[in-house]
Parts: sequence; C-alpha cells; structure tokens
Amino acid sequence: MHKSENWGTRIGVILAVAGSAVGLGNFLRFPGQVAQNGGGAFMIPYFIALLILGIPLCWAEWTMGRYGGVRGFHSSPGIFSVLCKTPKARYMGTIGLLIPLIIYMYYVLIEAWCLGYAISYLDGSLMPANNPGDYGVFFDNFIGANSDGALLTAEHNWFLGVLLVTFGLNFFFLYRGITKGIEAFCRVVMPIMAMLAIIVLIRVLTLGTPDPAHPDQNVINGLGKLWNPDFSKLANPSTWLAASGQIFFSLSVGFGVIINYASYLRKKDDIALSGLTASSMNEFFEVCLGGLITIPAAFIFLGNAVPTNSTFALGFVALPEVFAHMPMGQLFGFLWFFMLFIAAITSSLSMLQPVIAFFEEGLGLKRHASAAILGLISMLGAGFVVYFSKGTVAMDIMDFWVGTVLLVVLALIQAILYGWVLGIEKGEKELHRGSHIRIPHFIQLILKYVTPLFLLIIFFMFITGEDAAKSVKAIQDNPVAKMTMMFILVIFGFLLLMVHIAGIRWEKEGRFDHLLEEEDD
Amino acid sequence: MEPAGWVMMIVSIGTVLCMVTFCLVKVLSLPAVEMDEIKGPLEIDTQDTVDAD
Repeated sequence: MHKSENWGTRIGVILAVAGSAVGLGNFLRFPGQVAQNGGGAFMIPYFIALLILGIPLCWAEWTMGRYGGVRGFHSSPGIFSVLCKTPKARYMGTIGLLIPLIIYMYYVLIEAWCLGYAISYLDGSLMPANNPGDYGVFFDNFIGANSDGALLTAEHNWFLGVLLVTFGLNFFFLYRGITKGIEAFCRVVMPIMAMLAIIVLIRVLTLGTPDPAHPDQNVINGLGKLWNPDFSKLANPSTWLAASGQIFFSLSVGFGVIINYASYLRKKDDIALSGLTASSMNEFFEVCLGGLITIPAAFIFLGNAVPTNSTFALGFVALPEVFAHMPMGQLFGFLWFFMLFIAAITSSLSMLQPVIAFFEEGLGLKRHASAAILGLISMLGAGFVVYFSKGTVAMDIMDFWVGTVLLVVLALIQAILYGWVLGIEKGEKELHRGSHIRIPHFIQLILKYVTPLFLLIIFFMFITGEDAAKSVKAIQDNPVAKMTMMFILVIFGFLLLMVHIAGIRWEKEGRFDHLLEEEDD
Repeated sequence: MEPAGWVMMIVSIGTVLCMVTFCLVKVLSLPAVEMDEIKGPLEIDTQDTVDAD
C-alpha cells in the first residue's frame, strides 16, 4: 500500500479549496442574482444563508473529510462507509463521484470558451476594428449553438484546439498530484486571479462618465443599478431561495470536493479556521469583486439593457460589448477573460480529484491508469456536450439535474450524516481537534436541525419549480435532452458498479474491520 | 445611487473584508508547522507514477 498524500502547507489547502469555490458564478451569476432580487436588499437573506447554511455545511464537510482521510479513505464512497461504519453506505457516496465528473464534462467547455475569448482579445478578433458583428451572434456561432455537430466543422478547429489545451492542462496538474499539482498551481494562480480582478475593478471604477451624450450612465449609477435596495422583494420567498441557492452553489458545498480535499489533511491539522478562511476568500471574490465589476461596467455602456437573467448573456455577450467601447478595451477584455479562465480551471481541477482518488483507492489503480481512465470517460462526456451543442440543451440538462438538483441531494445526505450519523457531539469534537478558533455550540444545533430542513425546502422548491417542469418537458420532447439523461444514468450505473467492486476489495482487505472496534478518542 | 444603496454596499463589502482580513491575519500569524510535521514534495511523493501497471 502506498503512502497517503497530504497537503504541503496550511495556506495551500485553503487556496485550493477557495480556488475550487471561486468560479464563473462569483463574477457572473452573483451580480445577476443581486440585480434581479432586490439589489442591496438581497444581501440580507444572502448573509443569513451564509451563516446558517453555507459556512456550517462547509465545516461539516471539512470535518467528515478529515475524519475519513485519517482512516485511510479519500473518496466519498469510502468516507461515507467510515462514517456509517458499514461498507453498504458506499453506494450513497457514488453521487459524490457522479456530480464532479458530470459537471467537469460541460464545465471544461465553458472554461475553453473563456480561454478562447481571452485569445480572441489578444489577437484583436473580438474588437470592433475586426468587425466581429453582433456579439450575441458571435457567441452562438462560437459555441455552436445553432446546430448539433457545428463545433466539429473545420471553421471551429481552432476552438477544438483550445478545448484540447484546456483538457491537457487540467490533466497535467491533476497527474502531478495533490501537493505538486493542485496545491502548487493554486498557490501561484489564486493571487494572480485576485490581481487581475483588482486591475479590472480599478479600470471600471475610474471610468467616470465615458459617454457625455448619456450623463446618467456613469459609475455611481452603475453601482446603484446593483446595490440600490428594493426591500419589498424580501417578502417574496423566491428571493430567499435565490439567496440560499447562490450561497450554496458558490461555496461548492455538496459537490464532493471539499470532503475529498479535507481528507488529505492530517489528524491535528486545523479545519475550523481553514474552512472559514476558504469561505471568506470566496466571499471576497464574489461580493467585493463580482459585486463591483460586472453590472456597473455593463450599465455604464449599455444602460438599463444589461441582461441580468442569464450568466452567459452577461458574461459572453454584454461584457464584450462593454470592452468594445471601453478605452483600452482589448487589454481589459483579455485580462477579464483570462481571469475567468483561471477561476474556471481551479474549479475544474477540483472536480477531477475526487474521482481519481476513488479509482486509486477503490480499484487499486496507479495514478497513470486512473488518469487515463478518467481522461477517457471525461473526454467521452465532453465530446457528447461538444457534439450536441444546439441550444446548449445537453449542457442545460446536465447542469440542472446534476449541477443543481443532485448537489442539493448530496448536501442533504452530508448534513444528515454529520448531524445524525456521526453526531454533533462527536462532530464538534472532531471539528475542534487542532483548531485555531472556537466555533460556538449553536452551529452544531443548526447543522443538526436547521440545515437539513433548509435543504429539504430548497430541494422541494427546485423539483416543483418552473425550471424542473421545463427540464422534464424537454426530456419528454427533445431527443437530445432524453439522450443526455440516458448518458447521465449510464455514467451513474458505471460508477455504481465500480463502487460495488471497490467495496468488495475493501472488505477483502479488511479495511473496515478496525472501524467497528474503534474507540472514540 | 441612493443613500440606502451606499449603506448596503458599504456594509456588505465591509463585512466581507473584515471577515477575510481576520481569517488571513490569523492564518498567516500562526506559528510555522513543526519540522517533523513538514512534508516536503519528495517525502509525500506517492511514487505511484514510477511503476505504472
């Protein structure tokens, strides 16, 4: 049995977890949600959700991850078995592999869009001088939204090249392992990402009133567009749901990632302060940078026509329009999309690690073989999304059922495992082992009673909501949507089989024997 | 921008900045990890890339 991997430094694991959480959602989804749900008033349910849902769930994941890691498991099937003290619990953990794997399959494509846009700014092809035409049309053509198979035509060869490079970069850092790959990469790129975002922020805040013909389209009014509160929205339950959803997706809870990353900590490594720091960093990128850049910049140049209800429309259509009019827009366009690319790659790297950890510990594969199998499966999935690009149907189905609904399911499972299986007394003791801060006891009570209930409400609101109805209808009517659902089920079935085999191996090796006799120290 | 907008923006950003500053100061001012606990890259290398199956 080979020696278990560990994080090299305290700040390294914090940056890796923060890197996993910080993604496109911080810069594009968050401002859209704020603008649509009462502006500054949205921050009231947002901070409440952060305190009673986001941060406590993060702590629970960190605790369970380290608990499983010191007992020799790094993937959710193994960790769940340890927590439940029965190998049968491993099947629940399959969701913790399915979520990151499926999300990676489409997220790597979005990551390649960001890199592709950054390159297009470098060579100037997205600037008005090169006549890129309508940015909406440009984007649809760029992602092949007009017909299935469009991205496989010769015209899109360079984009496929960008996608391959993105894929290659992910696997290069993954292959190098936790310390030399993910940690080393995040330690270098996270400060670069913050620096790039701050440079763009300074540019946006110093734009003043660029068009004298529209004196009302200035920085102050741009900030007002986002932050002016509409307190009447607080009476609407959907505002509270949106705030909880944003916190939930932003912090990467229920993703299967934090539990995996935390499993590489040692028994007495701090998790309370590290978890809080990683969450705070994510909030810094979201509120302080995402909240000040995107909507104000778009408002200054586009006025009230800013699209706030679509992440892609805001990020890939409205913002290029902004950079086209902004002084030195080519440079800032490049910096912005390169920054988004970094945000995306630190997230996508984290999606691969839980699965590779499972292949290594569950199937006894070496890193070469694990990376090769994972590469093959994820390339198959990404190829599926690349081919079925029309109207981003395949991507939307994956994003809704796996990237939204299953995320809530996994978080619910984890909340129950922490609060009711591990138990809050033991959980609190575990959380404070090696801790540099003291977490108040009421957080444990929240985790046991409030968080699962809150997640149940979110789950039912999701599956009974308009989006779910639309998605179900799409599955019934659209063959691509149906095939996508089948594809997800096939991958799920494959992972279930692998988890079954892994459990047999673990039992033969006696990896659970000591758990039954284990005394809580 | 309305005065209430300024208040919401300043309070939100101020809260996050206080939180992240507190955490980072606390993390960065912690004593270094003891020598016997340090795991340099060579020590933690799993070597599983050496003899591929």
